[in-house]
Amino acid sequence: MERLECSRIAKRYGRGAYALRDISLSIPASGIFALIGRNGAGKTTLVRILATQLSATSGSAHIDGIDVLRQAQKLRERIASVPQEARAVGWLTARQSMVSYLLWRGFGYSEAVEKASRAAKQLGIVGSMDLPNRMLSGGNKRKVLVASAVASGARILFLDEPTTGLDPISRKELWDILMSLKGKHFIFLTTHYLEEAEYLADKIGILDGGRLKAIGTMAELRKMVKRHYIIRTLSDGAVARPVSGTLTRGADGHYQISTTESEAYRISKKLIKRGIKFSMNPLTLDDIFYYIVKKPIDADDYGKEESR
Amino acid sequence: MLMIMEKRNRGSQILASILVNAIYAMVNYPIVLISTLLAPFSLLIVITFVSHGALLPIAIGGALIMTIIGAGTSLQQDLSHLKNDFKLQDMIVSSPTTARMYLAGMAASEIIYSLPALLVLAALAGLYISAPAIAFLEIVAVLAVMFVFSVSLGFLLSTFTSDVVQSWAFAGIVSTVLSALPPVYYPISYIPQPLQYLAYLSPATYAAEILQNAIGAVTFSSYSIAVDWLVIVAIAAVMAFLAIRKSKWRED
Ligand SMILES: Nc1ncnc2c1ncn2[C@@H]1O[C@H](COP(=O)(O)OP(=O)(O)OP(=O)(O)O)[C@@H](O)[C@H]1O
Ligand SMILES: [Mg+2]
Repeated sequence: MERLECSRIAKRYGRGAYALRDISLSIPASGIFALIGRNGAGKTTLVRILATQLSATSGSAHIDGIDVLRQAQKLRERIASVPQEARAVGWLTARQSMVSYLLWRGFGYSEAVEKASRAAKQLGIVGSMDLPNRMLSGGNKRKVLVASAVASGARILFLDEPTTGLDPISRKELWDILMSLKGKHFIFLTTHYLEEAEYLADKIGILDGGRLKAIGTMAELRKMVKRHYIIRTLSDGAVARPVSGTLTRGADGHYQISTTESEAYRISKKLIKRGIKFSMNPLTLDDIFYYIVKKPIDADDYGKEESR
Repeated sequence: MLMIMEKRNRGSQILASILVNAIYAMVNYPIVLISTLLAPFSLLIVITFVSHGALLPIAIGGALIMTIIGAGTSLQQDLSHLKNDFKLQDMIVSSPTTARMYLAGMAASEIIYSLPALLVLAALAGLYISAPAIAFLEIVAVLAVMFVFSVSLGFLLSTFTSDVVQSWAFAGIVSTVLSALPPVYYPISYIPQPLQYLAYLSPATYAAEILQNAIGAVTFSSYSIAVDWLVIVAIAAVMAFLAIRKSKWRED
């Protein structure tokens, strides 16, 4: 049974605050699952628990029917992980680090060499294979690690922010690679690039403050949000204040109003009348994310928000 | 699917550690060879000159013990580095291998690393220690037991570190307790009486007694040598057990 199931997973580091609270989910362990959430939301904590690197404080999890906490050794046969802060070891060449990783996984030497070369081709790092890792660009260092995990042939790949630090073209290349792996593998990834989650993932989970705030396909997530239209404008004038809906400020300094179709229509007419530039679009994952994770700004802390 | 029931090659798993932590490091940075080669000789030279050569045989034995204990300290630091600075251990934990195989491979890598120094010391021992062959066998056995002890301790400690600074602290404490205190380079009678009891807190003291007795430099009763053996074997066994069972392979 290829499923990932978590039941009330909680994690507390030492006597500190809870990093995860009551995480329950049940999704097919196939295709791509993307976990998104702000810094400190608990993504890495959850990935590390599922990848058998970290124990949970309470709760249980099963992947393919295997108990993550009690049958870790069995699960390790079919998983590979690239941690968020993993770095290719500086004194090794790319080839040496990939081959040694495969040896650690128990492949014979010649098999490891062959698998490493094949994955290098797949990831487009053939030219870097015999350079010391310390001489590779940050993005290529990252690719060496992802290539290692891919080369392992493990069915389940845990990739914690695999595309962080990659240039836009490399990132899209990696997307293509991940898409091509999707048929055979279950890829559990985290990302801060919401368009990445939207593009790649069959299902998306939104983590906030250690809680799973939402989980589902894009269509299912859209349904969670009652307001389906987004107006973006630099003006924060009274005209843009929706009667129903929310007003938030995006990272780019734009104000955005998420509201219903009729309200969007009303506001847009007003904006046109005053000659204020704006855009109007249906919801993207960004909008859903803001809606779920960020509190709407109300009139009082409006100025505070701006002066930050 | 894929390769779930495939057999894992244990030789490969050991080889990986040896390659990464010893061979590739030495090939890429030959300077580490010189450093590991020199390490055991500083005290050996000082003690030999200060004693006008009288303590040379004992000091050679002491340097052998210290090199072996040093292997455990290096292991701890190397593992902490790979674990905390590269997150390599996380990748290995999420793999079809075990803490035991990782420990075995990394321990082997430290032997390879210490090999140049061990070979030079062995040659010196051959030249300056005159003792029956059985004594040399006993020395090898003591060193083997101390090796199990020190790499197990190093492995155990490394799994508790989350930062390289902690690893430096562990290394400092361990080397003071294991090497400054015990009389490995000279007879225990050189230590003032009340402090001798303190020296017995370190397993290295028991190893040194066996070694000094074996080469005929200091004579102990066969009863106390038996006790020495019992102590180091017991400590090594306990430490190996702890390393395999209590190390934080999966973090808390
Ligand atoms: N080893 C640790 N000890 C104590 N607290 C920790 C530890 N690791 C993480 N935390 C805390 O747990 C919470 C979740 O951290 P986590 O790294 O899982 O977040 P994240 O979603 O991966 O963040 P980011 O996007 O920045 O990578 C944070 O509050 C963090 O400070
Ligand atoms: Mg993280």
